[in-house]
Amino acid sequence: MNSSMNSDVKENDVKDSGVKNSSAMKTAAGYAAGLLFGLGLAVSGMTDPARVVGFLDLAGAWDPTLIFVLGGAVVTTFIGYRLVFKRSAPLLGGAFQLPTKQELDTRLLGGAAMFGIGWGLSGYCPGPAIASIGGLSLPLLAMLVTMVLGWFAAKRLA
Amino acid sequence: MDLSASLQGLAGGVLIGLSATWLMATLGRIAGISGILGNLITQRPKGDSAWRVAFLLGLISGPLAIMALGGGLGNVAGSPGEVIGAPAGGVGLMLVAGLLVGLGTGLGSGCTSGHGVCGLARLAPRSMAATAMFLLTALVTVYISRHLLGLGSI
Repeated sequence: MNSSMNSDVKENDVKDSGVKNSSAMKTAAGYAAGLLFGLGLAVSGMTDPARVVGFLDLAGAWDPTLIFVLGGAVVTTFIGYRLVFKRSAPLLGGAFQLPTKQELDTRLLGGAAMFGIGWGLSGYCPGPAIASIGGLSLPLLAMLVTMVLGWFAAKRLA
Repeated sequence: MDLSASLQGLAGGVLIGLSATWLMATLGRIAGISGILGNLITQRPKGDSAWRVAFLLGLISGPLAIMALGGGLGNVAGSPGEVIGAPAGGVGLMLVAGLLVGLGTGLGSGCTSGHGVCGLARLAPRSMAATAMFLLTALVTVYISRHLLGLGSI
């Protein structure tokens, strides 16, 4: 195992690693991540609010699909992160940026509570709402506009 | 239970997990949609925006690619093969829902992806608490709106 300082020095010394730090590579990696995410939402049916509300509707005709999506995603990420964190740094440079906060404060729990109400009303969380832009409708557009306003409002309150 | 819908859910979930793993492996970032895009829009961080814009474009192009491929790979309830389902309510309901989702994920530092997928995979206590909380209020909201108030026409 290298210490992170040593491996940084080595990487900078290697001439053919110019692409490593290029912003084009980072942008391409970001696109690939978004594409995989969007494919996953589409294949799983999470771009259909009826599937989401169906899962949340325990007293109705319950639709278990979401639990398979969440289960598949969490288990894959759990294993994936364990492999990724064997390295001391991300492949394209910089450092792993992980949340360090530990407190279970009112902002966290109050925010999550509000989010859940909006999620239950619409069947959209931010990912599926944005991924569904290809099938844009007036109600979805309305939701996207106020969601962005909500993000600005949260920033103000911070 | 609809087996093929569940299997598609599982396959899609694995893709989402691969996306989260890839983003951490390459850029060292949590794949949280509200964080990636909320910060892009509200802060436009210098030197840290291009990958966020690219992620946004990728996210939108995923479902479009499935539609272009054809072959019925979507998983819309009631119309198998369709990719993007209809909204669950009208403009008024969605205006309210959007504000709650934006404000809530902004204040709570994450949504279903950041807390629900990446946070649970990291066994992060804050994410476990947030996920339990938003699941609880979502379940209660659906119960009240659909069974007590009779809202929602889907």
